[in-house]
Amino acid sequence: MTRPVLDVRELRKTYGTGEATVHALAGVSLTVDRGDYVAIMGSSGSGKSTLMNILGALDIPTSGTYLLDGVDVSQLADRQLALARNRLIGFIFQAFNLIPRTSAVANVELPLAYAGVKPRERRRRAMAALEVVGLAERARHEPNQLSGGQQQRVAVARALVTEPALLLADEPTGNLDSKSTEDVLEVFDQLSAAGRTIVIITHEDEVGARAKRLIRLVDGRIVLDQRQQQVLTGRHAS
Amino acid sequence: MSFFEVIRFALRGLSANKLRSALTMLGILIGVAAVILLVAVGNGSAQAISDRIEALGTNTVTVMSSGQSSSLTPAIADALADPVLAPDVASVSPVVSASATIGFEGTDHDVSSFVGTTPSWFTSSNTPVGTGAAFTSDDEAQARRVVVIGQTVAEELFPGTDPVDQQVTVGGALFTVIGVLAEKSSTGFTDSNDTAVAPLSAVRQVLTGYGSINSILVEAADPGRVDAVQSEITTILNQRLKVAAGSTSTPYRIQNASQLLETQTETADTFTTLLGAVAAISLLVGGIGITNIMLVTVTERTREIGIRKALGAPRRVILTQFLIEATLLSVIGGLLGVAAALIGSHFTIVGVKPVIVPSSVGLALGVSIAIGLFFGGLPASRAARLRPIEALRYE
Repeated sequence: MTRPVLDVRELRKTYGTGEATVHALAGVSLTVDRGDYVAIMGSSGSGKSTLMNILGALDIPTSGTYLLDGVDVSQLADRQLALARNRLIGFIFQAFNLIPRTSAVANVELPLAYAGVKPRERRRRAMAALEVVGLAERARHEPNQLSGGQQQRVAVARALVTEPALLLADEPTGNLDSKSTEDVLEVFDQLSAAGRTIVIITHEDEVGARAKRLIRLVDGRIVLDQRQQQVLTGRHAS
Repeated sequence: MSFFEVIRFALRGLSANKLRSALTMLGILIGVAAVILLVAVGNGSAQAISDRIEALGTNTVTVMSSGQSSSLTPAIADALADPVLAPDVASVSPVVSASATIGFEGTDHDVSSFVGTTPSWFTSSNTPVGTGAAFTSDDEAQARRVVVIGQTVAEELFPGTDPVDQQVTVGGALFTVIGVLAEKSSTGFTDSNDTAVAPLSAVRQVLTGYGSINSILVEAADPGRVDAVQSEITTILNQRLKVAAGSTSTPYRIQNASQLLETQTETADTFTTLLGAVAAISLLVGGIGITNIMLVTVTERTREIGIRKALGAPRRVILTQFLIEATLLSVIGGLLGVAAALIGSHFTIVGVKPVIVPSSVGLALGVSIAIGLFFGGLPASRAARLRPIEALRYE
């Protein structure tokens, strides 16, 4: 039996107290199996970013359980949590969040450095990851010398370099033009085809349409969870 | 992740912000250098003062009159040289001094202190004769008009020629130069080489008249017997000048070179303390500068800390990286400050040769490093404790 990569039950997150209490998540239950490609959609304020941050172990839920690859993340201390973020999750941010004034390859190497990988091996794997996103020849460039789409692809390379169980992308195309969006989405398609588990948050329909499974979130609840036919474009369409 | 790797991360972090790193180091450098140099200047001036006083000799006691009219006479001076009542006195030199104009072949030179005394004065006052000879007791007894001149006088009146055996005019009388004093280090603003020394009897005859004398220089047989000499001559003087027992005011004043040294050292210590306080303030201001830069640096990089945490950096690694960055900045800045101070101390600053106080180096370096570590470490540990999402949202 294969255990799900992601298994959340009755996840709740509230901000503030008393009258001003806001229920960002009002009981979300969700399982994601290995190799799945899930898009979580919802309007702003629907709680999708909150969900994403909890799934990425960047934030902690008010209540509910969260099993990541069978490990209860809510029970972990800082040290194990850091390990989980490092080994199990590859997080891609809307704002790219590359370390400034640091070359692309050094950015991609960073998670490996925290994982204790030796420099030579690190460099090799980082270059391989950059190869996957098609930026091997830009390895020496610093973030401010790269376009938005290139920066996001570097961020994708950084997320997948540790071979995590789960790739989480929070509005990865939110800051990109349509051409760059296409570049980044193509990388996701390839990764999905290669068997990676991907959870992506978006409010753009064409991004959601690329996923195998679509989840809609409204007011902190799942209102729709369906399998769908992937819309393949670019070189996969031909 | 090995410690070596964390150091490499820290170095990369510093080199990613070269200007900021350089400015931080400059701030620390100036703070540290200022403290060390200011204390060194204070210390240097204190040492210069005590050197000058020690050059005067510490085994002498000077008797001066304290009233309006001097009550000291050569007779009193003779009374002090009493082997029974004052066994510890080695020599007694009565001194008269006046300003005078020395002339030689149409050139005039004003001497601020034309001293009349006895031959024992040369050794008592630690004023050796360089070339020629000092006058003798016989010269003094015969009131021969001979004079020993200081270096400055010799240079003024006899540029390039040997002054010995030349005739100079002083107060309308002819004096024969018999020697030149050895060069002496100057005390403060007065040139101690601008002097001339002649037999007491001759000076009284020509310049000052037969009234009272200015002071009496008493030399102790041994530097350790100065206090004994002082009490012995006090007894004699009280007897001679008819001072009532228990009277608080005396017509004379006894000055002891070691007392003078003490007073001057106290003054110099006050000066050093003052400079030290100024230096401490500059270190404090420098420290606040370091604090500010460290706070800004870490706060500005809170987002970066969030990213690193999201990528799986444990708290300890982040904290270590920022602590090493802070340490490198403050240690390198501090060491450069020490180097700057060491270089600066080779120059004479406002007429004082600075003398480095080793403890000030340790103090300045220690304080700046402690400040750097504390104020670099504190915000870094706060940021490293944040949940990644809070750090990422930080603006």
